[in-house]
Amino acid sequence: MNSTHPGFGSETKRPPTVLIAKCGLDGHDRGALVVARGLREEGFAVFYTGIRRTPEEVARQAVDVAADCVGLSSLAGAHLTIVPRLVDALRDAGWRGLLVVGGIIPAADEPALRATGVAAVFRPHQRVSEAAAFLRDALHTANGIFGENEVG
Amino acid sequence: MPMERDEERPGEFPYTRGIHPGMYRERLWTMRQYAGFGTARETNRRLKRLLAQGQTGLSLAFDLPTQLGIDPDDARAAGEVGRAGVSVATAADLDAVLKGIPLGSVGLSMTANATAPALFAFAAATAGRAGVGADALRGTVQNDVLKEYAARNLYLLPPAPSMRMAVDLIEFGCRFFPRWHPVSVSGYHLREAGADAGQEIGFAVANGLAYATAAMRRGLSADEVAPRLSFFFSAGCDLLEEAAKFRAARRLWAKLARARLGAGRPESWRMKFHAQTAGSALTAVETDNNVVRVTLQALAAVLGGAQSLHANAKDEAWRLPTPASAALALRTQQILAFESGLAGHIDPLGGAHAVEEATDRLEAEALRWVDAVDRAGGALVAVESGFVQSTVREAAYREYVAAESGERAIVGVNRFAGDAARHVAAADRPRGRSGDAEEARAAEAVRRHRAARSEADAGRTLAAVLDAAERGANVMPAMLDAANAGCTVGEIYGALARLFGEYREPVIPEGRIAP
Repeated sequence: MNSTHPGFGSETKRPPTVLIAKCGLDGHDRGALVVARGLREEGFAVFYTGIRRTPEEVARQAVDVAADCVGLSSLAGAHLTIVPRLVDALRDAGWRGLLVVGGIIPAADEPALRATGVAAVFRPHQRVSEAAAFLRDALHTANGIFGENEVG
Repeated sequence: MPMERDEERPGEFPYTRGIHPGMYRERLWTMRQYAGFGTARETNRRLKRLLAQGQTGLSLAFDLPTQLGIDPDDARAAGEVGRAGVSVATAADLDAVLKGIPLGSVGLSMTANATAPALFAFAAATAGRAGVGADALRGTVQNDVLKEYAARNLYLLPPAPSMRMAVDLIEFGCRFFPRWHPVSVSGYHLREAGADAGQEIGFAVANGLAYATAAMRRGLSADEVAPRLSFFFSAGCDLLEEAAKFRAARRLWAKLARARLGAGRPESWRMKFHAQTAGSALTAVETDNNVVRVTLQALAAVLGGAQSLHANAKDEAWRLPTPASAALALRTQQILAFESGLAGHIDPLGGAHAVEEATDRLEAEALRWVDAVDRAGGALVAVESGFVQSTVREAAYREYVAAESGERAIVGVNRFAGDAARHVAAADRPRGRSGDAEEARAAEAVRRHRAARSEADAGRTLAAVLDAAERGANVMPAMLDAANAGCTVGEIYGALARLFGEYREPVIPEGRIAP
């Protein structure tokens, strides 16, 4: 993803695209579905992987839908296992974009997630409108894989 | 004021006021705190501690691999073993979890659904080894697969074979385990996924009718099946509405058990239910506030006449509870039971206008959802087609919007929120880094287990499970043999998944990618 992306000029044809993803065995999808719906209301094009997808499946879908952002939803505590794998799979698939994580993520785990390239961690009580504002801003300024520059 | 409503007496049809004439004066609700930790030993210690603190029933939480039929040494289990509950891959594991706990005198509740037949078989094997026979084994296995597709999402096989095996267990339980409840029809998870109060009880009642009807097609009578069903509901913060919801659920079930199932005995009409305080109502900020929420919610369950209750711990919004917060949750129940004076009254809210009005309204709403499920083709088709899912998701979004707009108050979050709202109390991890070592140990243990057992017995009994599944025979006798022969949950469900296929949710509109 780069700043000349067709989605972000004044010549905008295509809304910013987000892929909401669920990996691992956890089936709690209420948050993922609400965020997907909320981002859609905010003008994003939103795809949802469904539950229990492998990192490779998510990466393939991210490429297929030309997602600008992948938002992983995690509630059952497996994020430190899943996120590094997802990052590898996204890189291997040649995807360039912003990776964010939301759900039950202890603050103590945030540095480890950031170190893998996660651009933002959204916790319980996060307003979708604020997350949307963050994404618009970050997608507009990001110029490398997984938000290499300091966004947010 | 005495109105005609007061003519309805507690313990009499349609049981709006309670299933027993004396309610808690006759029998207090069971205090059943849900617990399960990484290792069998740790879980065993927590269960014993809760019993020593006065808990009166057991409620076991299994980890996700166990609930999905995946062994701890399977690559798909990586990072998930022992995280959201205890890992139980074999009957021997369950044996270790329950070591030293008298299964004949304390009821065991197990939250297993997709793998309920195997987990029940493990429990029967464990009990058998301890000398507790089929006549004496007390407890409940959730075994409500329909709600998994609609809400909780821990499904494995497609809905139709899952439903069939759930009914196998119901039939088997009704015939051979007289003190066991082979299904706990769960509105709770629908509510957690976003359903409103009327949808919660309406969809649960529709599912209960579906299980009963399917079991009756196996030759059981309505009066053999209906008394063996139990229900499970959420208790939210809206005190009067929630208390009314339980009264409405009871009345609706009594009427429909009689009218639609044709049940003729009072035991068949009486809806027994377990309640859990609403996890989704807890906040990850100002977590002490959750103690107050849980108290209100537990109060609603008690005012509504629950037979069994789990009060959430204040930290359950983001992790498994600590021993201290688990103890406080149990104490909350005990204070309600022994200090509040409520246990001395039967349906204390009966006759209150606000409550009676809400009871009537929720009964009518729930009945409309029962009818909507019928029109959608019945409970099984209603989840296969995504009807229930889309209804619940719509309600979840409405609730989110109400919270974000401030129309629905959440103290400490959208009302009176200080800086704390940005300061989520989630500094501690759900599990420590030691989880990885535990995972490796669990994987090694299941490998050792397989090496130590008789392969011939395991292979033969596993083949018998598959054969029964394929022929459409009841799988339960073969499941019991497989449990006793040391088959693992992963072996059993791996084989069944090859036979029936694995379920992937249907493509729904709005940009979902086809699997």
